[in-house]
Amino acid sequence: MQIISAISLWFIPVLIGFILVYSVIKKVPAYETFVEGGKEGIKMAVSIIPFLVGMMVAISVFRASGALDYLMNFLKPILEMVGIPVEVAPLAIIRPISGNAALGMTSDLIAEHGPDSFIGILASTIQGSTDTTFYVLTVYFGAVGIKKMGDALKVGLLADLAGFAAAITIVTLMFGSK
Amino acid sequence: MVNYIWVFMTLIGLIFAAFNGTIADVNEAVFKGAKEAVTLCIGLVSILVFWLGMMRIAEKAGLLEVLARLFRPLVKSLFPEVPAGHPAMGYILSNMIANLFGLGNAATPLGIKAMEELKRLNGGKDYASRSMITFLAINTSSITLIPTTVIAIRVTYNSASPTEIVGPTIVATFFSTIAAIMIDRYFYFRRSRKG
Repeated sequence: MQIISAISLWFIPVLIGFILVYSVIKKVPAYETFVEGGKEGIKMAVSIIPFLVGMMVAISVFRASGALDYLMNFLKPILEMVGIPVEVAPLAIIRPISGNAALGMTSDLIAEHGPDSFIGILASTIQGSTDTTFYVLTVYFGAVGIKKMGDALKVGLLADLAGFAAAITIVTLMFGSK
Repeated sequence: MVNYIWVFMTLIGLIFAAFNGTIADVNEAVFKGAKEAVTLCIGLVSILVFWLGMMRIAEKAGLLEVLARLFRPLVKSLFPEVPAGHPAMGYILSNMIANLFGLGNAATPLGIKAMEELKRLNGGKDYASRSMITFLAINTSSITLIPTTVIAIRVTYNSASPTEIVGPTIVATFFSTIAAIMIDRYFYFRRSRKG
């Protein structure tokens, strides 16, 4: 577990250093290229605003009304039996369907429970380690005109399930005491 | 699908509030939720700008190609139906590398190109071939090294250690990708047994 924590700490600084050294060797105008790429980041952040506003309003209405607590009390015994914290269950459901909606839920969980809480870390890991199966499926197959998907959806969703299981297991092992 | 979930969540919330006496809280929640979302996006700008800038450097310096060359043997065994040197292989590799670094926007066009080539290999038919399903499975399980957006959210909410999740994310993504490949293989062998 200590190795994984060390990776967390060192990975980004080492990667940044490596990219910069490599760019010097390859004689790439690093700063100008950086600025050019960075502009895309602004566009990206602005373009997700509507997605986040929509989803976060819906979630906060759902929670403020008391419906979320009601639902969770209802689901709790079932989910606890299989070791899933009840708070992340809605995230697990929406993650394969909409990436931006899931991002809204992750943000909400982090805001509600704190980024360094067990739930906050688990939500972060789930968000980071799986992708939006329906989106990938629709975009990739749609773009090239594949009409019969075969086992693709089944395989994709089962893989998501495996991803959640992996995220829950690793986060419980590393941060279970929080 | 997400349309239904969204409408359902909001409507249930409104109806529940009407009977539960929490309508005042719901009023407040509408505006609080919207404000929170915008504040969050502004917070995301910093890290997205930095990371996409760094990645552009990596791309221009040719780092992605180097990595693609490194992973070629591995990917070849994953897609036995794709002949060596076929353009599909190049696109599959670049797509995976772009995903690895959290470059979703760069990954999508590459993924679509890969699918086009795979479709051509399949004689242009409109059903998903074995390689297509494998490619999709790997993509949906998402091989990420740096979950940029998540780190940005953690920074925004004053995490004591925003990058603490990089390690667990890599481990989780590793296992989920292995699982995706195994599930894909299982379904393939089940199909081929049926003939």
